[in-house]
Amino acid sequence: MSTRPIPTPALTKKDFVSDQEVRWCPGCGDYAILSQVQKVVPALGIPKEKFVFVSGIGCSSRFPYYMNAYGFHTIHGRAPTIATGIKIANPELSVWVVTGDGDALSIGGNHLIHALRRNMDIKILLFNNRIYGLTKGQYSPTSELGKRTKSTPMGSVDYPLHPLSIALASEATFVARAIDTETKHLAEVIERAARHKGSAFIEIFQNCNIFNDKAFDNFKARDVRANRIVRLEHEKQIRFGADGEKGFRINHCELEVVDVNDGIPESELIVHDEHSRAFVAYMLARMDYPDFPVAIGVLRDVTKPTYEALLDDQVMEARKMRKPDTLQALLESGETWKVG
Amino acid sequence: MGKTKTRKRPVETPKEIEGVVIRFAGDSGDGMQLTGTQFSSTSAIAGNDISTLPDFPAEIRAPAGSLPGVSAFQLNFSSVDIMTPGDEPDLLVAMNPAALMTNLPDLQPAGRVIINTDAFTAGNLKKAGYTENPLNDGTLGNYQVIELPITSLNAQALESVDLPKKQVSRSKNFWALGLLYWLFDRSLEPTLRWLEGKFAGNPILIEANSTALLAGHAYAEASEIFASSFKVREAAIEPGTYRKIAGNEAIAVGCVAASILAKRPLVYSSYPITPASEILHYLSHYRHMDIRTVQAEDEIAAMGIVIGASFAGKLAVTGTSGPGLALKAEAINLAVMTELPCVIINIQRAGPSTGLPTKTEQSDLLQALYGRNGESPVAVIAPATPAEGFDCAIEAFRIAVRHMIPVMLLSDGYLANGSEPWRLPDVSCLEPIEVRHPSSDDAEEFLPYARDEKTLARPWGIPGTAGLEHRIGGLEKDVLTGNVNYEPKNHQRMTDLRQEKLDRIADFYDPTEVDGEPEGELLVIGWGGTFGAIRTAARRARKEGLSVSHVHLRHLHPLPKDLGDIIGRFKKVLIPELNMGQLSIVLRARYLVDAVGLNKVEGQPFKVREVHAKMDEMLRSK
Ligand code: SF4
Repeated sequence: MSTRPIPTPALTKKDFVSDQEVRWCPGCGDYAILSQVQKVVPALGIPKEKFVFVSGIGCSSRFPYYMNAYGFHTIHGRAPTIATGIKIANPELSVWVVTGDGDALSIGGNHLIHALRRNMDIKILLFNNRIYGLTKGQYSPTSELGKRTKSTPMGSVDYPLHPLSIALASEATFVARAIDTETKHLAEVIERAARHKGSAFIEIFQNCNIFNDKAFDNFKARDVRANRIVRLEHEKQIRFGADGEKGFRINHCELEVVDVNDGIPESELIVHDEHSRAFVAYMLARMDYPDFPVAIGVLRDVTKPTYEALLDDQVMEARKMRKPDTLQALLESGETWKVG
Repeated sequence: MGKTKTRKRPVETPKEIEGVVIRFAGDSGDGMQLTGTQFSSTSAIAGNDISTLPDFPAEIRAPAGSLPGVSAFQLNFSSVDIMTPGDEPDLLVAMNPAALMTNLPDLQPAGRVIINTDAFTAGNLKKAGYTENPLNDGTLGNYQVIELPITSLNAQALESVDLPKKQVSRSKNFWALGLLYWLFDRSLEPTLRWLEGKFAGNPILIEANSTALLAGHAYAEASEIFASSFKVREAAIEPGTYRKIAGNEAIAVGCVAASILAKRPLVYSSYPITPASEILHYLSHYRHMDIRTVQAEDEIAAMGIVIGASFAGKLAVTGTSGPGLALKAEAINLAVMTELPCVIINIQRAGPSTGLPTKTEQSDLLQALYGRNGESPVAVIAPATPAEGFDCAIEAFRIAVRHMIPVMLLSDGYLANGSEPWRLPDVSCLEPIEVRHPSSDDAEEFLPYARDEKTLARPWGIPGTAGLEHRIGGLEKDVLTGNVNYEPKNHQRMTDLRQEKLDRIADFYDPTEVDGEPEGELLVIGWGGTFGAIRTAARRARKEGLSVSHVHLRHLHPLPKDLGDIIGRFKKVLIPELNMGQLSIVLRARYLVDAVGLNKVEGQPFKVREVHAKMDEMLRSK
């Protein structure tokens, strides 16, 4: 049997712009992310009607309204569950979850973990602005300790958690990080996630210019980023600095920043391996300014069968072993007896 | 004792009786549920009408011999039409002191009790709270007592079977079952057959249990401990093919049937919870029918998965019990707002909080009707008997997809675990469930919230259909486009529409059935698993000349349109419920009727006697 792809007219960014007026605050980092997603998805070769964008609650969760695709703006924290139901029901759909730090890591933490560990083939974009925006400025589970907000006038006493640590620990098969303002890199990472078969998780540092402005500027600002951001590239040495002079060694199970100008041989610098399941990815994920530069790019990209594929396989296998029951056979599936 | 008496007794014809209520009671490890189930199946196959009431502890293995560890199974089998497992047992089998302690008070005056004396050790007596041995102190004076060392008699019979002592002891329930099979003139065949299937591949266990069964039977035959055996004739039940079915199983079969009738794959997602988990277990065996069961990470996720699957065009259903329903409330509201069809099965149990997980109650009615934020109409239906779970499951899906609305199916622990003979419906009478999805050809005029004239249902446009791309969500919708709309008038309009859409479901109901005269002194209104007790009590009262009619509501939301008129034709209204008066609140508010409640929350179903006494009291106090 030959299956020829049905030619579809090439899609463009415009095809994914909905007629809804975008209602994020002017200057919000969400705009840049929306724009990159709208740019990436037409190029994936997937018909428009197969895209479904699912979100929870929060500023970022308005996202589906602005995508001209199927969209579901659900309830707080539960987007991964609804996305899971959609994907199980129809594995042919390209299912995306758009969420924020409060939505995914606080109220919806449990669902995030389980969607990832099942390796559902869904793409999760976590807009991390380290604040609650829609409820007007309370600290979030990724806010730094001591954060002064409306609900914590003396500073928060909660330690923050690292979204990437959670994704890695949940056995997500694709884990990456990007920054709203690094648009080209962001688009690359989104495209990689989209093409990955399995659970893909991207933490996107997103500026909330109203309630947590410049939260990431201490490492992402133009004048400092060369020394404070490190881009991960598969099978390449992990290097940063104005001339790429810096890199990492593993020293006593810890990462150590080293400078080749200090006479460290280049051969000692670690090489990034996206396919590794080792702990290095955790260490890279947890690097934070000022002790370390902040890593962006793909931390892990591994493959294993997805949940929906395993479930489909069981259905196929069961069908091979047993023909579907007729209604009559179903009714008579217990022990029956006749009267009269 | 017993050992020498092996001669055959002269054949006596068994004494005919109308019906019997037996209760098997023992420790959780004594296999009483199995014994009861086997006796029920055999009786059903023999043509009796049956009704069962399993009653077991929430603990998987409570300490052996303790009071909380007692597990019991009551069975009513009869030659006439019966609707309840019986008020008080005529015969109690007590496998240990704790079982005697907890169950003796329920036994009929002068009832029969068969006791496994081997279990009446000092230690067990103490665990059961007996200071004196009840076998010697007159406790049993008013009953017909048959004392048998069942454990040792069983061990003797199994001497030649190569099994460790502990294993041998585990088949003593089959010895007791064999004894009772003789007493009630039952064939051993169905159980022997069942054992072969159950332990296929483990011949030693087939041998042990079969030997125990035969030995118990032979002992009864030879020993003259019973003056005679009894015969319960076949009940004059409608001709047809029958199957014994419990409530959860009936609902599960109904879900599969709905999938066939709708020609749509089904997704069942739930989180394990007593007493609903069996539905998940059952449906997990139907992969070959394209039924996908998903054990979710929690109750909320299960509901989320159902909503997602429904959005993508599948029949979608979740099952839970009260505490789980509370967790699902927010997500159910998302289905209300997005007007997606789905079914929520709630097997009620005694609450609040964790409550009594294995005990029955009807106290989630108000939660089902109103337990969500905002104005949140969902359809609610409830089966009256275990087998009716089948019809209700199909109807729940039919309503859900026809009206694009979540439907709550309210069963309870009593129905879930109780069983009855089910006359299999004629498949040609099961109407297909019509499912319609707009196609790309409808793209021009597609509006996600345009409504069907008759039902007010919105179109079920599903992802993957080119040209129908649209967005839905939990924010208030525009009346046609479904876009977010915060306008005051639009919210009022949408609230009214959602309610009216629900109300119109009642246009499709058959007229409400009144059992008894269409008008008179007392109307008893019930719902759910109390059906058998109420109907039996009402019929008994009518036989005694009292003017009592009975309406049993399957449709709780919306209520049938003719209910108000029916209520108006009676002087008094009684509403028995296994809660503190929830349907009463609804009907009093709706019809301004001064209804009287009969309410009980003891984790046990109504006894016929209790309902009858209330009818009697209401009609005599004029
Ligand atoms: S509050 Fe912050 S995150 Fe929300 S839209 Fe405004 S700028 Fe963006």
